[in-house]
Amino acid sequence: MKTSIKFLDLELKNPIIAASGTFGFGEEYAEYYDIEKLGGISYKGLTLEPRDGNEGIRVWETPAGMMNSVGLENPGVDAFASEIWPRIQDRNLISVVNVGGSTLETYLEAIRRLEGCDYDILELNISCPNVKAGGMAFGTEAKSAELITKAVRANTRKRLMVKLSPNVGNIGEIAKACESGGADAISLINTVQAMAIDTKSRHIVFNNTYAGLSGPAIRPIALRMVHQTAKATKLPIVGMGGITNADEVIQFLMAGASAVQIGTAFFTNPDQIFQIPAELERWMEREGVKALEEIIGIV
Amino acid sequence: MGVEGSEGRVLSIREVGEEIVHLIVSTETTPKPGQFYMLRAWQEAPLLGRPISVFDYNEGKVEFVFKVVGKGTEILAQLKVNDEIQLQGPYGNGFPAIEGKILLVGGGLGNAPLHATAKNLKAQGQAVDLRLGFAEQIFLEEEFVQAATDTQFVVGGLVTDGLDMTKYDAVFTCGPHPMMEAVVKMARDAGIPSYVSIEKRMACGVGACLVCTCKTKSGNKKTCKDGPVFEGEEVFYEDKHQIS
Repeated sequence: MKTSIKFLDLELKNPIIAASGTFGFGEEYAEYYDIEKLGGISYKGLTLEPRDGNEGIRVWETPAGMMNSVGLENPGVDAFASEIWPRIQDRNLISVVNVGGSTLETYLEAIRRLEGCDYDILELNISCPNVKAGGMAFGTEAKSAELITKAVRANTRKRLMVKLSPNVGNIGEIAKACESGGADAISLINTVQAMAIDTKSRHIVFNNTYAGLSGPAIRPIALRMVHQTAKATKLPIVGMGGITNADEVIQFLMAGASAVQIGTAFFTNPDQIFQIPAELERWMEREGVKALEEIIGIV
Repeated sequence: MGVEGSEGRVLSIREVGEEIVHLIVSTETTPKPGQFYMLRAWQEAPLLGRPISVFDYNEGKVEFVFKVVGKGTEILAQLKVNDEIQLQGPYGNGFPAIEGKILLVGGGLGNAPLHATAKNLKAQGQAVDLRLGFAEQIFLEEEFVQAATDTQFVVGGLVTDGLDMTKYDAVFTCGPHPMMEAVVKMARDAGIPSYVSIEKRMACGVGACLVCTCKTKSGNKKTCKDGPVFEGEEVFYEDKHQIS
């Protein structure tokens, strides 16, 4: 396929991956769409134990974005491995399994229990702003990012991609730390930590005080951070943050990403996302681009 | 563009009360009573569609009643006949099929899905009574009267006052959560099953994003996918208001 792209030793039929937390385990959207039109899916973030998620309001719209405070509601790694994975494993898609945790040990145990599932990429979530179990504490310091990456590397044979938080001072340093810890790839950005106040009730909207901002509002920030990461490390990058169409995918590739993830846009206009591969192909024909690799990091 | 059949056109739009809009849209889809669509009639902003339940459905035409409460509903309210509108859905489960005499208790905009439900039950030859509460002003009075065997309105008071549920085989309710909680309790006392339609902020509408989680007796449920209709006892139990 013309839009196919090499990522590590894998070939994605196109660079579009559904972002973790926005696409469940793919089964809901599969009722309405041909989800195999995508290049891959990063499944809902898993933790060692099942989680009910956060109390109170979980979503709040903003100009060109939304905040969420789901809090990693998920069935846990055991239910995923025994019940969910067998149902979804045969898809013609690159499968990314996203794992979060609160301590090093919960990360490692979760990852060990998933080792028997034949998935393609482990996405190590050290960037969820909504819960302690999201591990953002690991992702905001280079030293701890390297430490956890190294420990996970020693405990899995899977391709290891670390998902980074934008809520840091120097993203390049964090990415380099993951590289020296043994990561195979980097994905970024997770949501931007944000807040809302209801002036009528004089209360903070979210029970958890802060929430994660996503959508087009954060896209220029994401693009900048992908660019900085690409300058700092040789690792392949999956870029994300507010992407909604083919032109924006191309921007992320030009900034240095080898593939992208799309999340919030599925809530806005899912039809448009499933048309991006065809749009990309038209753009390539128009521009005389033979392979998408030609444009990665060209700016 | 859209899921096959997701594009509709406005066939009729009119204000039927203070900031209350009755919208009729063409569709190739067929909703069940109690289901909803994500409505969208704009490009970029607001970000999300607006989940609105079905007021009525007739071959190729789906009707909605909504209140203007923000930017999204404001844009919807300003649509003109023949304008395009995107309808993602129908989503959700809808009210169950239950034999016998059914009581429907609604409040405010929660009355809207009960119209489609009553009409459907009546068409199947079931006895169905509507008890509808309105804060100040009844909207679409004639439609509600036609939809049921017997329709009674309460304006400004409590729609649950004086209800005798022992005459019914089941009760369906939609409206403010305290009202639904009262209905569930009355149904429990009368020994009949109750079903509630829950309203939550939503994003995806299909059960993927988990922002509309509803706590139930048997764990977290997705309001958009497992609901919006739940057994009353699943949501309101032990006299404890479980909805956040």
